[in-house]
Amino acid sequence: MNSEPLIYDISVAGREGANLPEADVPLAKLPADLMREALDLPEVSELQVVRHFTNLSRKNFAIDRQFYPLGSCTMKYNPKLNEDMARLAGFAHLHPLTDASGSQGALALMHGLQTWLADIAGFAAVSLQPAAGAQGEFAGILMIRAYHHERGDEKRTKILVPNSAHGTNPATVTMAGLSAVELPSDAKGNVDLEALRAACDDTIAGMMITVPSTLGLFDSNILEVIELVHACGGLLYMDGANMNSLMGIVKAGDLGFDVMHYNLHKTFSTPHGGGGPGCGAVGVNEKLVDYLPGPIVQITDPGQEPDLPPFYELVMPRKSIGQLKAFHGNFGMHIRAYAYIRSYGGGGLREISNHAVLNANYIRVRLQDAYHVPFNRYCAHEFVMEGHWEDAPDIHALDISKRLMDYEIHPPTNYFPLIVPEALLIEPTETEDKQTLDSFIEIMIKIAEEAKAQPELLKEAPHNTPVRRVDEIRAARQLMLCCRPEPDWHKAEEKTE
Amino acid sequence: MAYIPHTDAEREQMLNIIGAKSIDELFEAVPETHRFPALNLPPMMSEMDIVAEMQALSEANDHAGDFAIFRGAGAYHHFIPSVVNHILLRGEYFTAYTPYQPEVSQGTLQAIYEYQSMLAQLTGMDAANASHYDGATSLAEAVTVAKDVGRNKRKRIILSPYINPQYRAVVRTYHQWGDLEFVGDDQPYTTSELIDLIDENTAMIAVGYPNYLGHIENLSLFAEKAHEKGALLVVVANPIALAMFKSPGELGADLVVGEGQSLGIPLSFGGPYLGYFACREDYVRRIAGRIVGETVDQNGTRAYVMTLRPREQDIRREKASSNICTNQGLMALAATVYLSLMGKNGLRKAAELCYHKTQYAADRIDDLLHFSVDRLQPFFNEFVVKCPIPVSEINALLSERGILGGVDLSEDYPHLKDHMLICVTEMNRKSEIDSLVEVLKEVRHE
Amino acid sequence: MGSWKTPENRKYLKTDEWLLLEGDTATIGISDYAQDQLNDIVFVEQPSVGTVFAAGDVIGVVESVKAASDIVTPVAGTVIEVNQVLEGKPETINSDPYDKGWIVKLKVSDASGADGMMDAAAYSAYNDGR
Repeated sequence: MNSEPLIYDISVAGREGANLPEADVPLAKLPADLMREALDLPEVSELQVVRHFTNLSRKNFAIDRQFYPLGSCTMKYNPKLNEDMARLAGFAHLHPLTDASGSQGALALMHGLQTWLADIAGFAAVSLQPAAGAQGEFAGILMIRAYHHERGDEKRTKILVPNSAHGTNPATVTMAGLSAVELPSDAKGNVDLEALRAACDDTIAGMMITVPSTLGLFDSNILEVIELVHACGGLLYMDGANMNSLMGIVKAGDLGFDVMHYNLHKTFSTPHGGGGPGCGAVGVNEKLVDYLPGPIVQITDPGQEPDLPPFYELVMPRKSIGQLKAFHGNFGMHIRAYAYIRSYGGGGLREISNHAVLNANYIRVRLQDAYHVPFNRYCAHEFVMEGHWEDAPDIHALDISKRLMDYEIHPPTNYFPLIVPEALLIEPTETEDKQTLDSFIEIMIKIAEEAKAQPELLKEAPHNTPVRRVDEIRAARQLMLCCRPEPDWHKAEEKTE
Repeated sequence: MAYIPHTDAEREQMLNIIGAKSIDELFEAVPETHRFPALNLPPMMSEMDIVAEMQALSEANDHAGDFAIFRGAGAYHHFIPSVVNHILLRGEYFTAYTPYQPEVSQGTLQAIYEYQSMLAQLTGMDAANASHYDGATSLAEAVTVAKDVGRNKRKRIILSPYINPQYRAVVRTYHQWGDLEFVGDDQPYTTSELIDLIDENTAMIAVGYPNYLGHIENLSLFAEKAHEKGALLVVVANPIALAMFKSPGELGADLVVGEGQSLGIPLSFGGPYLGYFACREDYVRRIAGRIVGETVDQNGTRAYVMTLRPREQDIRREKASSNICTNQGLMALAATVYLSLMGKNGLRKAAELCYHKTQYAADRIDDLLHFSVDRLQPFFNEFVVKCPIPVSEINALLSERGILGGVDLSEDYPHLKDHMLICVTEMNRKSEIDSLVEVLKEVRHE
Repeated sequence: MGSWKTPENRKYLKTDEWLLLEGDTATIGISDYAQDQLNDIVFVEQPSVGTVFAAGDVIGVVESVKAASDIVTPVAGTVIEVNQVLEGKPETINSDPYDKGWIVKLKVSDASGADGMMDAAAYSAYNDGR
């Protein structure tokens, strides 16, 4: 594929890409002394813009194009209906500071979603404020800290985090001004109970734990873990990143978790958008209800059926940890998740988890001879295997990933969780059909054979992608982060070339 | 179910291969006492019925299709060319993940690189990241950078009272345990009073450009004193205004952050929006969030890749300065497409349209007997109107006539009782402005 | 087993910093083992001259593409010089971690932190066991 020039490189002075009206009011005098002179933006036609971004799009792998078994990311089908719903004029063109009386439709939708999410995970209340999972985690740890603080329990400064955790967990703890204490995993991939017991004391503010774990396993000791932390006075945070295997299977609140974030952009199909936006709604039990980040939607007048509907308003929880972003969260994501839950209904949500888990186990069993699966038991919606063989010592997980690209499949997650060497974390999701899984399995088996017979095929992969392996070292040593303004060293280099 | 493709026969085959009798058996590790709870949710709905329900919900809102919008205060109703939405709806963009695998993500990566370039150009900075959640969290992240630059020893953070009140609230949420002293916004300080607050213990001062009241602040004054004391000047800028006014970089800003919603992103009841974050070269390694850099592939072909990765949470873990992972990538793409379409001349033209229409509206309202406009400082697309009766009463009247009036400033600024913040953009036709003025004309002293 | 260089005249920390004490001047860098683990070093964050550090403080960071490692000073003192070469050529640490790739020189105010450090033999044995 030819390389697509930068939009700046096709710019021609005087060309226009937007059709704006002339002023229909008298022209005011412009404040000359405050005005800028240069503004170096591209000058291109509308068709050039369409072609440029269409051509660029063709360089991406995406769920709409191919299988995307990227572990821990839940790359399921993003229904088109949801995109249309988010673009309805009454949602898309609604100002966030519209009074409650003028935004009852939007508030009713948010209230519905809050209520459903609370039920799905067994919590007393939900806030839709957090814009992403990491912000949900931050909200959760701030709530835990506020809870202890209010009780005068200031010595609780530590949060336990298993060594298999997402990096966001320890980073969140630091952001909240607490310290993360890493816990080892045992041979089965569960939290090491002995280490947990030893760590539990009156300095523990809480524990963050992903369920099922980042290894894709239900921790069979989970109730004991929760009991131990509660017994020492700590609260339990569940990272809901892996909730795609839990809907209708088990509720976090029932297990004893005090707070959890949902990733609407994983479990509830809102698109990943090449990095975002997302929504990391948080749910809490009664202990933490008053601390939720706000505003949240509440019914302030129940109304009277059938003629007088309830009245919804945005309210700040009584002891809220505060506002996490301007306005009311990523409302566009709320709309999509609402439409998604409506599409499945209560019974259907369980089918999501059933089939996500069925698909993952099917791949696991069919690949267990060709690859080493370190924790080889029934997995949840994903499982981890090792991308390395003793009889192909030069081949690493990364090489397998790159080779998969040649077969038009997006690689699994590499090198995470950190506790499995050469990890390949595979998450098929429920929306993939058996034929797609079979084809992936055959390709993975073929790559395992290639790794031994023709390792150079893997080492030099990918061969057929828009670019080959890229020079990340050059990118980091000779920082070139934008073409406008152009860094001095780059200008100098071009002259000498 | 259209989204789950399995047939009964396939389920059987798959279970056989797995060696399980039923799907339920796969969940044996889940504590039995809590396994398979009932969900108290409504039953599944057909696509037709969902559309009907959601159309009804959407129409139960006073939106810009039916109302003339004169409300801004951090969310702006601007023109969005059709192309933006068409590009955003390409599945290759919106159904892709974060571009961790550069060989199959060049589309997203190059678009982000172009975005970074355009934002650096607009703000007059040397670099920009790939986005934060919104303008408010960008400012909160700027505080983290300033704290770090001040080696955690400078504790004073000065926030102008005329930074969006919601942004100031978010900054406080983020840094509630940060051992910092927030000053500057507890009373209506003047520019010179604010500048006097900058001392040797100050990590940064943040100023709006234009500020929350629409005023174009004299940034150079802030820059001079901040730099004399070794503090950073953080500017919260409206990117449309930057098409017309001198860039914060030119006037001495160290970090420029803000809300990019104006750049091709619909109001959408407050989100998803786009937190942009730009900085001088000196601070590039201290900022959070993803950053894309240019490099080459093994054949020497130009290529893009996420760089400066060791700052991020997945590598730095508890030592990372921020936990941000998911950002607002697709919204950054919207801004990139928007800025490409508008281009050098179009963006300037849109900004000037905002300016002319705002001046026209301000003139007409100022001419009214019972209203006056604060015109001491130059303003961009918002201005403050002193009203003869409470703003809420005026807004109720406007609402009856299909107009969403300005924000009531009295809640956040007690000294601005009966003051309304009116916003005018290129979307407000002259006839709308004239209608607004006609309704205001009816308002009398009580 | 590793074949990493561990010069005799230096002392080592478990976190892989080396220390060379000459009078009241301490030179600090990272070991051959550390540069090998990090792989291609792309950036070194260094302190400013004149900064005062206590023993155990983080004085800088060494970054590769996929990892970042804090540099800790084993002794207390004031920065008198930083290695300017690393600004343009951070990879110098990869090619010559002990000489051209030194990171910081301190004027030592309290050298007692050096007492608990490993000598070359102990550090080699420690690396072999990792």
